[in-house]
Amino acid sequence: MPAPSPSGAFREVRLHVVTGKGGTGKTTVAAALALALAAGGRRVLLCEVEGRQGLAQLFDVPQLAYAEHQIARPSGGGELWAQAVEPKAALLEYLDLFYHLGRAGKVLERIGAIDFATTVAPGLRDVLLTGKVYEATRRRDRGAPHYDAVVLDAPPTGRIGHFLNVNEEVVGLAKVGPIRNQAGSIMSLLRSAQTAVHLVTVLEEMPVQETQDAAAELHRIGLPVGAVVVNMVREPLLSPAALAAAAKGRLSVTKVVAGLTAAGLSGHGAGRGAGRGAGTVGASAARSALRPLAEALIAEGMDHAERVRLEEDQRAVLASLQRPLVELPALAEGVDLGALYLLAERLGEQGMS
Amino acid sequence: MTAAARRLDIDALLADPATRVLVCCGSGGVGKTTTSAALALRAAEHHGRHVVVLTIDPARRLAQSMGLAELDNTPRPVDGIQPVTAQGGGRLDAMMLDMKRTFDEVILAHASPEKAEQIFANPFYQAMSTSFAGTQEYMAMEKLGQLRAAADAAPSRSGSAAEDGSWDLIIVDTPPSRSALDFLDAPQRLGSFLDGRLIRLLSAPAKAGGRAYLKVVSVAVGSAAGVMTKVLGAQILRDLQTFVAALDTVFGSFRERAERTYDLLQQKGTAFLVVAAPELDALREASYFVERLGTERMPLAGLVLNRAHLSRAEGLSAERAAAAAEDLEDVEGGAGERSAERELTASLLRVHADRMRRHRREQALTSRFTGAHPDVPLVEVGALAGDVHDLDGLREIGRSLADEPRG
Repeated sequence: MPAPSPSGAFREVRLHVVTGKGGTGKTTVAAALALALAAGGRRVLLCEVEGRQGLAQLFDVPQLAYAEHQIARPSGGGELWAQAVEPKAALLEYLDLFYHLGRAGKVLERIGAIDFATTVAPGLRDVLLTGKVYEATRRRDRGAPHYDAVVLDAPPTGRIGHFLNVNEEVVGLAKVGPIRNQAGSIMSLLRSAQTAVHLVTVLEEMPVQETQDAAAELHRIGLPVGAVVVNMVREPLLSPAALAAAAKGRLSVTKVVAGLTAAGLSGHGAGRGAGRGAGTVGASAARSALRPLAEALIAEGMDHAERVRLEEDQRAVLASLQRPLVELPALAEGVDLGALYLLAERLGEQGMS
Repeated sequence: MTAAARRLDIDALLADPATRVLVCCGSGGVGKTTTSAALALRAAEHHGRHVVVLTIDPARRLAQSMGLAELDNTPRPVDGIQPVTAQGGGRLDAMMLDMKRTFDEVILAHASPEKAEQIFANPFYQAMSTSFAGTQEYMAMEKLGQLRAAADAAPSRSGSAAEDGSWDLIIVDTPPSRSALDFLDAPQRLGSFLDGRLIRLLSAPAKAGGRAYLKVVSVAVGSAAGVMTKVLGAQILRDLQTFVAALDTVFGSFRERAERTYDLLQQKGTAFLVVAAPELDALREASYFVERLGTERMPLAGLVLNRAHLSRAEGLSAERAAAAAEDLEDVEGGAGERSAERELTASLLRVHADRMRRHRREQALTSRFTGAHPDVPLVEVGALAGDVHDLDGLREIGRSLADEPRG
């Protein structure tokens, strides 16, 4: 069954949370999405919260700091800002902002309360990180939002439910008072139509399984699932007929040897010498020398066909989630800044911005 | 195999009776859990080891392949082990970590039943033991400490290992995050926390009988208490105080346990394996792990590079394969059969060209790693089309890890 198209579905969204299993490229997708959102002349903030400095590498800029910093100026007058949210700085800023505790914050630091809050008491970290993202999303200048959109490169799918729902825990812990109010406001933003949690995956079993699990978990705790972004999609390199033959193990070595001969390749094994014309070697000897190469190519073809088949299965599983499906191509040479713009364009074309 | 790197001899590592603990760490999505399981199976089947593997959050079908139907925090024997060594006798137990239960057990072991009840009922404890990031890392190491203690205390190698805990090899998977190395910081963190003034401040009301605690602490701490009351509110501070007071007795033993586990990790019988994939991010993380382990003087055995694109026809370069495919596509005419042969061969050459491009990119990334860490031995494991669902799949990976030809 076809998945709905995302066209325009996220126009109201102010906070885009991007998660995915490790290795699926969620940071790349978050960066491309932020560029796509900024392309129309908008101001966008891209946040990372895991201290990995993945964004700095992608954009080829010096390490990101807690202070927001402009890292790209997409065409059309857009602005892309970025920051690495760090719990300790977030806590001190929070104390200063809400309680005007410039010096008292130092007292807390001296007795170890700040260290306790940001490292020993494990969950507070997430409270502080989500709190900072909330603040940036809600910040206003003269009545208008400071950022048109905020993109969060969030923790991986395995942790996303707990990470986003941590303020619900806080509401459970603090029955009254300022902390409860703050946590309550964060939860209402996260549960509103202004937030979308996008799930990044690749067409492999485990990431797709985790995507399913995360979608179910987010649904259960009432957080809005946005698009499913299928990253690193590779086009089949074999024709449907060849795929079918490969799947059945019916690729003929003789035929491939003939093809290789026609291509002028010789087979000094599949090893070093493979390549130049057969020269003086007899035709049948040349053909048998090509067999190992043909066999190796067929084995790779079968592997490829198996992969294509498994990918189709996974695509069907993702379609059954009934969320907008967006696809991004695999880039053979890896992701650099130019590639990010290309991916941003693909996201824009598929209605993500 | 990258020329500069030494090969990691997995079989020698698994066969060596001096290897008692193997910790697999690395970023998410690199097949760490599968690697842990494959190593455990190979150690049991090929080297006669009595192995227990502790997995964290395994994929469902991988868990099923080892007969782990549920997360119950107890090592269970894995069925279907086929020892291949003459000495035989290898065994494999597997378990999944239940972090809340592990945390509860620690509390029960160190607090009186009444106090334990108090702690379990506290909302801070409930939040911390179930959902907060970081707890998993602490608890994985706690469980490792428990397994090791059980293994050391076990009298013999007779009977089921699961019953008497007589494992001679413990393999641990670590949680998939950068904080996977957080356990290295646990003793120090707990130490500085326990010796700090915060804990004294927080536990003061309980010790002073719940009243006028400001009088028993210094002025600086007093003003800090004021600040905390203002920030947190009275109710949350009270809950936190009750929590800390209740945990007071347990905390000391917590630190001791964390320190013991830390020492255990530095000992000779422990080996760390960093697991990665030949991708930019994963290798960057691997570098971080390698350097961090070095700083902490933790024994690193080597790097396992999963999901590598290897080829049996490495002599045919991507360029030459692509050019040959183009040549074939340019040829006109010939009988239908001839043209079908050319078409098929051309597409297979394109598949090969694609694989070789990946291979070359991966080699370049890998040699950057080996350039920075020339002393770290490594082994490459080829990418599989699908996931592992059974013991045979794990055996195949084990062969690949040991660099044994496909069987």
